[in-house]
Amino acid sequence: MNRPQGLMGQLKRSGWLVGLAVAVVAVFLAPQLLDAFRLGLVAKYLCIAMVAVGIGLAWGQGGMLVLGQGLYFGLGGYMMAMHMKLDDAGPGGVPDFMNLYGNNVVPGWWEPFRSAGFTLVAIVLLPALFAGLLGYAVFTRRVRGAYFAILSQALVAAFATWVESQQKTTGGFNGMTNFKGWFGFALNDPVNKRMLYYIAAFVLIAMVLIVRWLMRSRFGELLLAVRDQENRVRFLGYDPAWSKVIAYVVAAVFAAIGGALFVPIVGMINPKNVGVTPSILFLAGVVLGGRTTLLGPVLGTIAVRWAETGLSEAYPSLWQYFQGALFVLVIAFLAQGAASIGPGAKALWRRLRGSPGAAPPGATPPGGVPKAAETAPAEGAAS
Amino acid sequence: MNPTRIAADGARAQALDRTLEQGKPSEQDYLEVLDLTVDFDGFKAVDGVKLTVTPGDLRFLIGPNGAGKTTIIDALTGLVRATGTAQFAGRELLGLAPHKIVRLGVGRTFQTASVIEDLTTLQNLDVAAGLHRSAWSRFRRRRSVPETVIEVLETIGLTDLADVPAGILAHGQKQWLEIGMLLVQRAQVLLLDEPVAGMSATEREQTGELLMRIGRDRVVVVVEHDMEFLRAFADSVTVLHQGKVLAEGGVAEVQANPAVIEVYLGAPAGASSIGTSGKE
Amino acid sequence: MGVFISQAINGISLGSILLLAALGLSLTFGQMGVINNAHGEFMMIGAYTAYMVQTYLVKGAGASFLLSLLIGFVVAGLLGLLLEATLLARMRGRPLDTLLVTFGVALILQQVARDVFGSQPKDVKAPSWLSGPLHLGSYTIPWTRIFMFALAMFCLLVVHLVLKLTPLGRQVRATVQNRDLAEASGVSTRRADHMTFFLGSGLAGVAGVAVTLFGSIDFNLGTKYIVDAFLVVVAGGVARLAGAVIAAFGLGLMQAFVEFPTSASTAKVVVLLAVVLVLVIRPQGLMVLRTRSLA
Repeated sequence: MNRPQGLMGQLKRSGWLVGLAVAVVAVFLAPQLLDAFRLGLVAKYLCIAMVAVGIGLAWGQGGMLVLGQGLYFGLGGYMMAMHMKLDDAGPGGVPDFMNLYGNNVVPGWWEPFRSAGFTLVAIVLLPALFAGLLGYAVFTRRVRGAYFAILSQALVAAFATWVESQQKTTGGFNGMTNFKGWFGFALNDPVNKRMLYYIAAFVLIAMVLIVRWLMRSRFGELLLAVRDQENRVRFLGYDPAWSKVIAYVVAAVFAAIGGALFVPIVGMINPKNVGVTPSILFLAGVVLGGRTTLLGPVLGTIAVRWAETGLSEAYPSLWQYFQGALFVLVIAFLAQGAASIGPGAKALWRRLRGSPGAAPPGATPPGGVPKAAETAPAEGAAS
Repeated sequence: MNPTRIAADGARAQALDRTLEQGKPSEQDYLEVLDLTVDFDGFKAVDGVKLTVTPGDLRFLIGPNGAGKTTIIDALTGLVRATGTAQFAGRELLGLAPHKIVRLGVGRTFQTASVIEDLTTLQNLDVAAGLHRSAWSRFRRRRSVPETVIEVLETIGLTDLADVPAGILAHGQKQWLEIGMLLVQRAQVLLLDEPVAGMSATEREQTGELLMRIGRDRVVVVVEHDMEFLRAFADSVTVLHQGKVLAEGGVAEVQANPAVIEVYLGAPAGASSIGTSGKE
Repeated sequence: MGVFISQAINGISLGSILLLAALGLSLTFGQMGVINNAHGEFMMIGAYTAYMVQTYLVKGAGASFLLSLLIGFVVAGLLGLLLEATLLARMRGRPLDTLLVTFGVALILQQVARDVFGSQPKDVKAPSWLSGPLHLGSYTIPWTRIFMFALAMFCLLVVHLVLKLTPLGRQVRATVQNRDLAEASGVSTRRADHMTFFLGSGLAGVAGVAVTLFGSIDFNLGTKYIVDAFLVVVAGGVARLAGAVIAAFGLGLMQAFVEFPTSASTAKVVVLLAVVLVLVIRPQGLMVLRTRSLA
């Protein structure tokens, strides 16, 4: 890796510390500026950004188009919801919705989730184990590209279908809602809500740091090599499957943790949060922010969800067009997302200065410039 | 590329010597291929090939297009499935996954110089050199550049281009980088697929000298079309035709072989002009 | 035995729908490497075309249905052509990105349908000559299902013949095998792409018209079919149409036979997991073309 020298180099190298400081300040500032409702929304965006950070690693760095992260988000979310329902019901009690749907017995596979410790461990380990086994099977068999994307979509479709069909044990179509407490903290207390926000914020920061560490390690270089020339890497003596498995497992665990925090913060989980379409929509922010960048997925996700809340409240149909256009315009014209705006604008500036007014229209990076003007402020507002 | 000749450039020659000093194969560590056959749905691209290459014998594989030269390398490195046996230092290569073959010390380059384009020259070499690193150390940053990588950068003349993305290197430089990747891995068998295709005369000469030096104590097999290059640097030659070994021996001996002349020219003629033009 | 045959009939009927939905997708994916997530929405457009034709053009259900098959093909085909020419042509060599771009297109088309037709489901009247069942001994097979099977077979035959016999087919195959060489040999690869996409999208339109026989239509129609259609394409392998045929009927039969002793959603889960298993065992689907390239 290139290590710039001198003062600028010094600044660049410690830049991440500045970034971290800014992030921490922003985390503490938000509760001062936002009312409780808005803060809850931000906390929700942060949970979704956790999924996005993982997608950035698996897709942006590792080239695996993970179209089914709803599976892991759902696993984490449902496990957390099960524990919270059991906890609300008290020792030996039956969750309210089970009574409602005419089933007064807690199924055996629910029982371990009465334990807070078991639940927390399972939220991390179960998705990791599943993703590890699946990833190993799939990547050593060299399933990749569109085949892998559709396989991951099939899995999430299977999961959502199954969850929806098990009304008596998962709440079915309606999922689970009306939670009262979270590990002993009453969820209707604003102080606890703020605590959840802080937890989400610092978990997200930790995830970004983990991905930063992975990207800058030799593993990160290898993962990039595998993304671009998987077969060539084999002839350097590596089994590319392993780098992919690791990136995929990390992405799965991040998504599961995002799902697990989503439940107490939003107060519900249902098949609509985890199906095929929401799984693709997890990609929206990653697409916008730039899949190969460290912060792009986080900032992009917050921007997209912020815009969703703003737009879909006022003009629900407009939001759907906006979201569709985001996928079309950004991917077709700005493959690296907002991150490609900087270099694009620089190149344009150089050209404009070089030959004022003479830049041939064909030489303009397709769509790059007008997009820059409309996206940059949106991102600034979000961060 | 810097046109100084390796032999004449003390620093580069020394760097190469240092790199090659470690992990030398012993005399008994040779490549032995018996009855190698590659069958593409009934078409035998390689048919019962026998090949023995010892360290210190810079071997060239030649033959007309479709003779099976590249396919032999593909078979030895696990890219295509083959029957027969192929052993290096007594260990069977056929049937192993490509990365395991590399781990036995058998490395290759590709016809279309194939490097990791988005990584820098240095990163390419470092990834290659990391082959035997512990799993845990891979999760750390590179704090310092390994000695071998610095040496090899020197050897292949890319020290000044260490931090540029490998994708923007010139074609010849990519081919050198590929060889460099084998050097940092301390490959004991180097299978090189047209390493000088598309190079200038000076570059060819440098590459030839480099190969000669490596070939002194490593097993080196070069697939090549350039007869001038072959005459200048080969220790021995194996001629392939339609998947079979047609002739084998010293350069002069093979060039005088009537069967070889016929395959190349369709009729007996001046042996010295065989196959001067290669495919690109 | 009776149950076996009736479930087999169900499975084949389901397989015909899957095949029809996947045929165009298999064409554009297999021949062009474009993963068209808006394929389901092209079906939806076909279905709404049938509704429009019946409402505004031809009142008689029979005539309007047949006309709709034709108009649905052309309308969806032209929209596909537009999509290809404006967006996808510039994304050559980025198959995964086409998947996401067309997902965006799908979202937009769904919303257009919702804004134009509302979110209430619409009904298209089936032709009277397709009402009622065919009695075969003790079994009854609805005529709509027989028609569906015949239509799927007809479309399959047309695609096969177009690819095998016409100059266009030769150009398409040449383009698939070696784009640069085809271009250098005077084949207009752009034209081949346009025609492939027109045909593939048009088939989605036909499928959309056909599924109006089985239920009401709404803006969500595409999302109900797209995942299944993808599964058929990847499970079958894109190299040959035969793969799609085997996968469509295989999955249809599996759904029908698992569904009977369990439930529709259990069968659905089983089918989805079966496809995952197929991909783990045969990463390129059932039908594979072998190459020796490094890529």
